[in-house]
Amino acid sequence: MIRFRADLPFEQDQATRFVPWIVALMVFLGALALAAATAVGGAIDGWDNNLTGRITVQVPADEASPKALSRLVDALTATPGIAQAETLSAEATRALVEPWLGTLDADLELPLPAVIDVETAVGAVFDVNLLAGRLANIAPGVIVDDHRVWLAQLIRAARTVELVAFAILALIGLTAIAAVIFATRSGLAVHAAIINLLHVMGARDAYIARQFQMQAMMLGIRGGIIGSLAAIVVLAVLTTMSAGIDVALLPSAPLSPAQWPLLIIVPVTAVIITMATARVTVLRALAEMP
Amino acid sequence: MLRFENVGMRYGIGPEILRDINFALEPGSFHFLTGPSGAGKTTLLKLMYLALRPTRGLVHLLGRDISLTPRSELPELRRQIGVVFQEFRLIDHLSAVENVALPLRVANIKQSTIDDHVRELLSWVGLGDHLDAKPPTLSGGQQQRVAIARAIINRPRLLLADEPTGNVDDHIALRLMYLFEELNKTGTTIIIATHNEALLQKFSHPLLRLNDGQIDAVAARSDRLVAAS
Repeated sequence: MIRFRADLPFEQDQATRFVPWIVALMVFLGALALAAATAVGGAIDGWDNNLTGRITVQVPADEASPKALSRLVDALTATPGIAQAETLSAEATRALVEPWLGTLDADLELPLPAVIDVETAVGAVFDVNLLAGRLANIAPGVIVDDHRVWLAQLIRAARTVELVAFAILALIGLTAIAAVIFATRSGLAVHAAIINLLHVMGARDAYIARQFQMQAMMLGIRGGIIGSLAAIVVLAVLTTMSAGIDVALLPSAPLSPAQWPLLIIVPVTAVIITMATARVTVLRALAEMP
Repeated sequence: MLRFENVGMRYGIGPEILRDINFALEPGSFHFLTGPSGAGKTTLLKLMYLALRPTRGLVHLLGRDISLTPRSELPELRRQIGVVFQEFRLIDHLSAVENVALPLRVANIKQSTIDDHVRELLSWVGLGDHLDAKPPTLSGGQQQRVAIARAIINRPRLLLADEPTGNVDDHIALRLMYLFEELNKTGTTIIIATHNEALLQKFSHPLLRLNDGQIDAVAARSDRLVAAS
């Protein structure tokens, strides 16, 4: 472990011994919270890109003649705000129900509705009920499923989860700051005699504060390494476990390979917070001296 | 060099420890500060080395009015003052060299310069063989010499010593006094707080006599007592 030369015997401090563990816990929980926020944020972006621009039109099996489907597609593409409409093949439709009904034989006479996949233009606004009424005139019983309605609710819920994750991150940071303030004040009391001596010799406040700051940095780095390693192990396990799960809408892994480097932000921030807190605490205390 | 005008000092809301202190010391002078225990000698020394600010009155030090000097400029003034504490106040986990080097380190002196000066000074006070010794492994006299070396390493203009001979035998006490006299000859103003009657008899430097929180007399070399104004 890297050491620095200090006038103060920090190795004798009892109160600072728990600081690396506080920082480790902060980094561990912070990394998990950041991973959760990033994963949720990534999922939201995916939903935005893939689904907000889509509408599904279901046509009852007995109304789904090729002619009716063709007229429906024509009516849809003629609607302002709709970029593209395409009838899904029978295979694609069977694939949609496969998670619930299993693999279906192509020869099986199951009255599956026909599905028209509609892509709306970016930023398009139109009345879905009006569209459904017009389509029903062509093929009675048509159902227009606008994903954007329920997806907006899902995104709102996910954004809340994201905010909660960041709030947890902030709370963890505040808790760590309080712990470092306590430990630093304790250190100031323990080393009061030497601090007074340095002060009398003409040491500036910054000279004394720098020693506490360096000590805090060493403790922060130690805690940061421990917390980061623990977080990496947990996230790696979660990533491995989630690799086999294929659930629509959910993110496939807590972090994508490109997002893993983001985790370095947490220990670096933790070390900076620890150093800055120690420095400010010492400077404020020393300002009371003559 | 040093002038006190109507200085009073109290801790918190307690009684005044020092009252109406008036005296002026010329640069290059050598004084003993005497008085019974509890008279306020240590508090007076603390005011001199700027560990305390007076609750009233004016302290002029090294050409500056301390009450008008911004806090940010006090470290520079403190670096021109050497202090030998009665209980030495050496830092146990640092070696003799590191202890003596402290005043230079806080003044941001180059490490190579520090090394040369510190080793030379420790050899001069007879501790050339104990450079890397930690204070707890040194005798009382050796610790005393480390403390003195630390106080004079940056060639202070004012040297203050609080009972510097209190923990050493008569022979070492005499050697220390000769060391202080040598420093005084180089222009350092020296004030030594002491109870040691033998020293006061042997060395005829003027006295600042403190009694019940007041300077009640200044005794000149002839031992003629002059009432403090």
